[in-house]
Amino acid sequence: MAAFFNKRNIVVGFILLAVIFPFITRNDYFLHVMTLAFIWMIAVYGLNLLAGYTGYLSLAHAGFFAIGAYAFGLLTVKAGFGFWPAFLLAPIITTAMGFLIGLIALRTKEHFFAIYTLCVGYIIYLVIDKWEGLTGGVRGLIGIPAPSSIGPLTLSTPIAQYYFVFVILLLVIFVIYRIIHSLTGRTFIAIRNSEELALSLGISTTKNKLISFVLSTFFAGIAGVLYACFIRFIGPDIGNLNITFDLLTYMIVGGIGTMSGPIVGTLLIVWLSQNLQFLQDYRMLIFGPLLTLMVIFSPRGISGLFALWSAKRTRKLKPKTSNVEEQA
Amino acid sequence: MFLETKRLTKQFGGLFAVKDVDFSIEEGKINAIIGPNGAGKSTFFNLVSGLYRPTSGQVLFKGKDISNLKANKVAKLGVARTFQTTHLFEQATVFDNVIVGHRLRTKANLFDSIFHTKRLKREEEQCKEKALEVLQFVGLEHAVDHLVANISQEEKKRVAFALALATDPEIVFLDEPTAGINPDETAELSELIEKMAENGLTICLIEHKMQMIMNLAEQIMVLNYGEKIAQGTPEEINRNEEVIKAYLGGSTSA
Repeated sequence: MAAFFNKRNIVVGFILLAVIFPFITRNDYFLHVMTLAFIWMIAVYGLNLLAGYTGYLSLAHAGFFAIGAYAFGLLTVKAGFGFWPAFLLAPIITTAMGFLIGLIALRTKEHFFAIYTLCVGYIIYLVIDKWEGLTGGVRGLIGIPAPSSIGPLTLSTPIAQYYFVFVILLLVIFVIYRIIHSLTGRTFIAIRNSEELALSLGISTTKNKLISFVLSTFFAGIAGVLYACFIRFIGPDIGNLNITFDLLTYMIVGGIGTMSGPIVGTLLIVWLSQNLQFLQDYRMLIFGPLLTLMVIFSPRGISGLFALWSAKRTRKLKPKTSNVEEQA
Repeated sequence: MFLETKRLTKQFGGLFAVKDVDFSIEEGKINAIIGPNGAGKSTFFNLVSGLYRPTSGQVLFKGKDISNLKANKVAKLGVARTFQTTHLFEQATVFDNVIVGHRLRTKANLFDSIFHTKRLKREEEQCKEKALEVLQFVGLEHAVDHLVANISQEEKKRVAFALALATDPEIVFLDEPTAGINPDETAELSELIEKMAENGLTICLIEHKMQMIMNLAEQIMVLNYGEKIAQGTPEEINRNEEVIKAYLGGSTSA
């Protein structure tokens, strides 16, 4: 299992790189971009769990992201909750909403599910935008507290916040990894392959789809909360469909249904958009074709390509494996 | 009777896909359902396995009415099935595909998965053992680590069998197990089906290959336009006028 050690080395390498990143750049703006990218990654992981591993493409993801952010914002700004209670409560609120919406949304399938959730996402956006009494409407919510210190650890500097978000990202990846590589994950994947087959194997698809949906909203909620306390201002735009499609692009370019896809896709696109800022909206001229090419030539994104490449390479290294005979 | 249908009917709009079918499956035997295309064979399977809800009539499994149970509940009772198309995950190994087959006999939930509890480890082990066991049974021990995308159509059928067997069934419904497979491989799959029956499983299959059915099945039901037109041993079916008419054409099917 040489590939296993390779994988482990890559993971350790990435973690180390992320840990020393603040010392390499010394640039607060880059740190800010990176922290934001980590937050998006958490949301993309949630989306990937549902769309990539369970086969249900939800387009309400930014909606749940916004619910998480607004729940946190309202709890702290208007309800006077402390940072940590709100930090814990907001994802729970998001999850509860996700549960209720999931109950209804999951009565539909495939395109209809995508269309239904698209509408749900838009409704969430509209509610936030129009319900001025609660959310402040287009003016948004200001004065959201930054992460308060954990004992002697203060989380007010950009570097501290970077590590704070990074630790939560690692936790999220760890939890997702555990889920995917367990019987629960296998159950989700079975549903993605064929719901009929899963049913006839005795899997309660209704229950498992709901679990996956609720989990995905939970991760969207966490990402939303982190966004709110990191940016400290939220407007209805964070629930906009654009955000959903951004997350979708990160996922597809990185690799839908892969463990590393969300990281690869998010990093690539976020940095590309940073470096191509002089092109303004013409950037889409690059992202559009990139996305199309990805979908056509590598449905499992960059991570999928890489997996294919490394599989071929190991086969070349070990020509005696039975796979080669099969290929011939 | 082991599994029995009573006046089983499924209507799609004005069309009777299955109409008033009384059928009983005998325990430990190989039963077969034949009929021309569109005769309602697959619909019959979907009704029995709980994917469809009957318009009227009943399905009884070991005396218990399972007509309105969901497919996953039916599977838990010990009724397994395969599909015409295998629905496997091509990018995963044969082994990985089969592990989930035993999931219905395990209890590990999300909590177990996240915290990697003893129960999860035990049940994962259990599922893996089961997968190896059934893969050995269907004769795929050599292909355990192969990607499904790289194995032959016949081997894919065997994987589908293995999946069904991993659910610990008492009865297995096979929907056209040898569709798209050459004669030699068909003979090999027939042997496997016989081996399953010898191991105490009850089999019910849909098939188009007459030769194979006549050699394999102990009891045959013939469907035509959703209705049962004959039932009996292969010899009886061979001689049945109406069956010949349905297959070779005649006034009833013109």
